[in-house]
Amino acid sequence: MSRLLPPPVRPEYERGLPPFHEVPLERVLPWTARIWAQGWLRRALILSALALAWEAAARWQDNDLLLPTFTATMKALAEGVATGELIDRVRISLNVLLQGYAAGVVLAFALTTLAVSTQLGRDLLNTLTSMFNPLPAIALLPLALLWFGLGRGSLVFVLIHSVLWPLALNTYAGFQGVPETLRMAGRNYGLRGVRYVAQILVPAALPAILSGLKIGWAFAWRTLIAAELVFGASSGKGGLGWYIFQNRNELYTDRVFAGLVMVVLIGLLVESLGFATLERLTVRRWGQQR
Amino acid sequence: MLPALASGAALRQQGFPAEALAGRVKPAATTGEGTEASQALLQVDGVSLEYRTSERVVRATHRVSFDLYAADRFVLLGPSGCGKSTLLKAVGGFIAPVEGEIRLAGARVEAPGPDRIVVFQEFDQLPPWKTVKQNVVFPLAASRALGRKEAAERAMHYLDKVGLAPFADAYPHQLSGGMKQRVAIARALAMQPRVLLMDEPFAALDALTRRKMQEELLELWDEVRFTLLFVTHSIEEALVVGNRIALLSPHPGRMRAEINSHDFHLGSLGSAAFQAAAQRIHRLLFEEEERHATP
Repeated sequence: MSRLLPPPVRPEYERGLPPFHEVPLERVLPWTARIWAQGWLRRALILSALALAWEAAARWQDNDLLLPTFTATMKALAEGVATGELIDRVRISLNVLLQGYAAGVVLAFALTTLAVSTQLGRDLLNTLTSMFNPLPAIALLPLALLWFGLGRGSLVFVLIHSVLWPLALNTYAGFQGVPETLRMAGRNYGLRGVRYVAQILVPAALPAILSGLKIGWAFAWRTLIAAELVFGASSGKGGLGWYIFQNRNELYTDRVFAGLVMVVLIGLLVESLGFATLERLTVRRWGQQR
Repeated sequence: MLPALASGAALRQQGFPAEALAGRVKPAATTGEGTEASQALLQVDGVSLEYRTSERVVRATHRVSFDLYAADRFVLLGPSGCGKSTLLKAVGGFIAPVEGEIRLAGARVEAPGPDRIVVFQEFDQLPPWKTVKQNVVFPLAASRALGRKEAAERAMHYLDKVGLAPFADAYPHQLSGGMKQRVAIARALAMQPRVLLMDEPFAALDALTRRKMQEELLELWDEVRFTLLFVTHSIEEALVVGNRIALLSPHPGRMRAEINSHDFHLGSLGSAAFQAAAQRIHRLLFEEEERHATP
């Protein structure tokens, strides 16, 4: 057990520091790194790899009825777009979809605003979401047909059902996650009621609300295509789901795939143009989300 | 030690003649006589506060009274658990007293309002979706105090005062902790509240930044002469920032003493009088505990 010697006493020094010029303070990244940082490029790479795998698998399988090749599908897609049939179907589907989505969003906000302002509203939201959120929208379709008939009304009804609950749940969770200090700051400014919700709670909970909107959008798409597959055209005008169903019956598998690709494409477009832009302009810019 | 304490106490008794030396002369308000300022601006009158947990109701403060005069820098000082933050929130109107009342210029305080702007300790008091400038404008617009153009002008004026004019278009997440607190202070000052409430505003900052912020706060006070209610658990900070210090005892918070500290500023750190005052406060805060601990 030897005790350590005290550390040596070293001379002090002071230095005058001249301006710093030895190495540049900033450097530009090499071009490869800059290109790789582009998100769209990485995604395009993934997409082309998937298309390549699809083409290879279809050629190896060699059965057009079961799995048409990627090129055949693209051809069917181009034909559908060129004749205007596919575009028509998409328009019909999107039209109904947007109506149901918008109505669902409005209702979800009304319900959550009620839930943050009153205890009874909170209980209502909790009870309703736990009752209806697990209920598949398609299961309500027979009932909706009975009530609203074969047509747009029943589609909008099931769409509202598929959007409302997940969005309300997410929005409410987002509201509850707003820091207490921020809430007090808002009340300190004299904000209350709807202005308080709109100017403090909604922007503060925007990451959760956006993810709710995304989930709601996906649910709505799914429900719509499934509903169209189940009960087909309403008053002679079928959407994308009906297009898929019809062509499967006539064994045009390439058109079935073209319809499916269209669904995927619209999904990608809305995600990368709509939601991604919204996120870039809001939550990312504000540092609420990375 | 005892003589030092005694002389410290004696120094403070002399009080007012020395204040000219400190360079921060208070208006006649503290003398409390003969002027229109003799009416206290903020009166906390026998206020008891309670908070509720799921099992019990806890008394945070018991019959606390103190008065703030215009341009006071009034510090609430006490160990953790003395209810000083709760008291500040009650003045802010976030908590209703179970006993007694709080009056601002004679009117009872019942709800939060833009005449009592709070600077919180936490950095997330600034809405992250607004730029620095928008953050200062926001309460002005929300309380409809000013038009858009005047609000923007006043915001820039106070941002300039806290040295953040070059960062007007930055978002809070791009700022350091000290800069965020400066924004919060600029925001509060721009509202020109009757009373500025600060809840340990520098506690989450590093020691060097804290020292700088105290200095800047005092410079701002010299310039603007706002009325400040400041909560801290640092004896040193209380002596530097305040002109009058209320000492609270813990569990529940009761008034232990009120002390004048208008003589002290950052330059008097380490001086004999400053040490003596700090020791006196330390004794007032902890003596009782020790007596109970070692009977």
